[in-house]
Amino acid sequence: MSDPFVRVRGLKIGATVYPPGEKPHDIEIVHGVDFDLQKGQVLGLIGESGAGKSTIGLATMAYGRGGVEITGGEVWVNGRDILQSGLRDVRQLRGAEVTYVSQSAAASFNPAKKIMEQVTEAAIRHNKFSRREAEERAVALFTKLGLPDPENIGNRYPHQVSGGQLQRCMTALALCPEPDLVVFDEPTTALDVTTQIDVLAAIKEAIRDTGVAALYITHDLAVVAQVSDRIMVLRMGDMVECGPTDQIINAPQQEYTQALVSVRSIKHAEQEPTTEPVLTVRDITARYPGTRYDVLRDVNVDLHPGQTLAVVGESGSGKSTLARVITGLLPPSGGSIDFAGRRLSPTLAGRSLEDLRELQMIYQMADTAMNPRQTVGTIIGRPLEFYFGLKGREKQKRIQELLDEIELGDGFQDRYPAELSGGQKQRVCIARALAAKPKIIICDEVTSALDPLVADGILKLLLELQKIEGVAYLFITHDLATVRAIADSIAVMYQGKVQRYGGKTEVLSPPFDDYTDLLLSSVPEMKLGWLEDVIAHRKMESAGN
Amino acid sequence: MKNIPVSALIGLFFTGLYFLAAVFAPLLAPYGMAEIVGDVWEPASDQFLLGTDNIGRDLLSRMIYGGRTTIFIATAATIISFVTGSVLGLLAAVSGGWVDQVLSRFVDLIMSIPTLIFALVVLSVMPVTVPVLILVMGLLDSTRVYRLARAVAVDIEVMDYVEAARLRGEKMGWIIFREILPNALSPLVAELGLRFIFAVLFVSTLSFLGLGVQPPEADWGGIVKENKEGIVYGIPAALIPAVAIATLAISVNLVADWVLNRTTSLKGGRG
Repeated sequence: MSDPFVRVRGLKIGATVYPPGEKPHDIEIVHGVDFDLQKGQVLGLIGESGAGKSTIGLATMAYGRGGVEITGGEVWVNGRDILQSGLRDVRQLRGAEVTYVSQSAAASFNPAKKIMEQVTEAAIRHNKFSRREAEERAVALFTKLGLPDPENIGNRYPHQVSGGQLQRCMTALALCPEPDLVVFDEPTTALDVTTQIDVLAAIKEAIRDTGVAALYITHDLAVVAQVSDRIMVLRMGDMVECGPTDQIINAPQQEYTQALVSVRSIKHAEQEPTTEPVLTVRDITARYPGTRYDVLRDVNVDLHPGQTLAVVGESGSGKSTLARVITGLLPPSGGSIDFAGRRLSPTLAGRSLEDLRELQMIYQMADTAMNPRQTVGTIIGRPLEFYFGLKGREKQKRIQELLDEIELGDGFQDRYPAELSGGQKQRVCIARALAAKPKIIICDEVTSALDPLVADGILKLLLELQKIEGVAYLFITHDLATVRAIADSIAVMYQGKVQRYGGKTEVLSPPFDDYTDLLLSSVPEMKLGWLEDVIAHRKMESAGN
Repeated sequence: MKNIPVSALIGLFFTGLYFLAAVFAPLLAPYGMAEIVGDVWEPASDQFLLGTDNIGRDLLSRMIYGGRTTIFIATAATIISFVTGSVLGLLAAVSGGWVDQVLSRFVDLIMSIPTLIFALVVLSVMPVTVPVLILVMGLLDSTRVYRLARAVAVDIEVMDYVEAARLRGEKMGWIIFREILPNALSPLVAELGLRFIFAVLFVSTLSFLGLGVQPPEADWGGIVKENKEGIVYGIPAALIPAVAIATLAISVNLVADWVLNRTTSLKGGRG
């Protein structure tokens, strides 16, 4: 076999941290990673946030983001060690030999320039192609990536195409200068499942047809299993395991990899509704002030005490708006909400303190849901003081009880949110909601910003607390795996309407309506060849129609 | 109070020096403020450390008393502008709707008139006393603070923790002073230093134009005015208050920068 096209040896990456109240000091964030990559091969880098996967990806372009610095090791690309090359050489490499696809195409495209100009820029700058050749190539790539109207889409501005299309444009941008290596950094993470599958298929085909080498970075093992030949599992800057995709998925050697593969093992049997519903939503129609479009149309759902109703749908389906209507932040234009046997006022101002107390909410981003200048003690203590008038010793005792319930224990009362990890932050938000002794907690995508293992812990905690406190959850999510894990009943939302509603088993068993079928079949499964099966299945269906 | 950077130490030292001199002016000044003790524009000597002014008063004594007046007026005006500006700005951001519209358009209206001209007009109508001066300066300056406070608060107001407080049923007071204000403090503190400097410059300008502090009371702008003819004859008396204004401005800014750095730390700025 010839020399590998990319050879990384002992890669060490460091950064300077500035902890408050201490002197800045250097830490190492990647501790010596080795890998090889042949042309036409795809290596998946997988790990939790902070594992160093993006940092390693960027290091193959001899780049360190922010204060990050490559402190040691070798990175050989095309037969030279790029860490020893001068800036001029590296500039030749970036955008020509190695290109990069970032997570958020929307944030990476310049909104003031047309797509074509940006897609062809690198190829023209590096004198790889003339403008005309580059544009022809771009159109060919647009066609290959399945973009609509490939001849003219380049004349549009980034905001004139959808998120999934823009992500494909970004892939075209990366492939346009005929690079030898493409670094994909979470290219589908920001997309809906139904969009993700198309982008994933397009990327996979483009990689195969152009024969480039690729690094595919993601935290989603099921996704990476579809596109890569080999997978490297990273954890806190160390390699845990590296092997062929088949082996990593089916026979993981290391304990950590096994945990990743078997994540979402929670089993929660559906409960039959026994008593009267605690929350009844009837014929709710809602629109945002100043718009002429109904975001919710005739929504009817029930939530029973001590149970979980999962509201599933893509972004824009109206599921978060439903939460805003129930909490009173957005008064509906029609319909009614009954809560614990009484009619809820449509506006926040019209609700009693009792209504507010019994209806709590947990947010997606725990970071912004907590005031960064209040301590954990203040954050959890405020509802106790506000609703129950607890003070002094009594309040302290209850705060500690709540902290114990969320498995945080001593020493957290005086910490600020910035001193907590992502999972701990979400736990504190749960404690704040619980402190009010609510009947219902609305959970708005509470696990989607978390790493899989951490999210798993949060879901387990929520189920545990439901048993103890008897609280009902309205669980808003786009993640069907989460739904399977915790729901008792499910409402599938699409374009502001409830498409399918009922008990978990009923909703998740055929016969399906078209949309639910699409949604369910788009969820990546952790098995080889899943992507091909789904695509082939869909092609057959559309041919049949 | 460890780890104070050198720049902040310098700033603290000079700011402290000026404020102490202002507070203990009667004890420090070698002569009375309006006392004629020597010849016109005598050069610096053992007897008169900074020389004498245009009618033979000791310049050092006048500088010390003048600093007292300048710093007092500037501080009082800054406090007024901050309290009104930030409270109204936060209120506008949290209330939204017509409250915001009325307040913001009114502030726009005031700001569309050049501050100096507006102040000159008001002060030529009103009796020029120190309280009036402070009030006029403070209220005119509060429009700037209002704009900043509102702009900062509008961004914070959409954060989930403010929404959570609303859903909890919190009153306006808690939302403004406990949720938003602590997070808006860093830019406001930075602005505080800056606004204090502007107030110093503003009161000096007014006095220089004859509509600020009235003689025989001294302030730094007034001392420049009294001694400006001396510059033609190479007499530096008018430059000394100018240097004082500049050093005070720089040192207060150094302190404000340091406070800003401390309060931006998410540990709560108390560490």
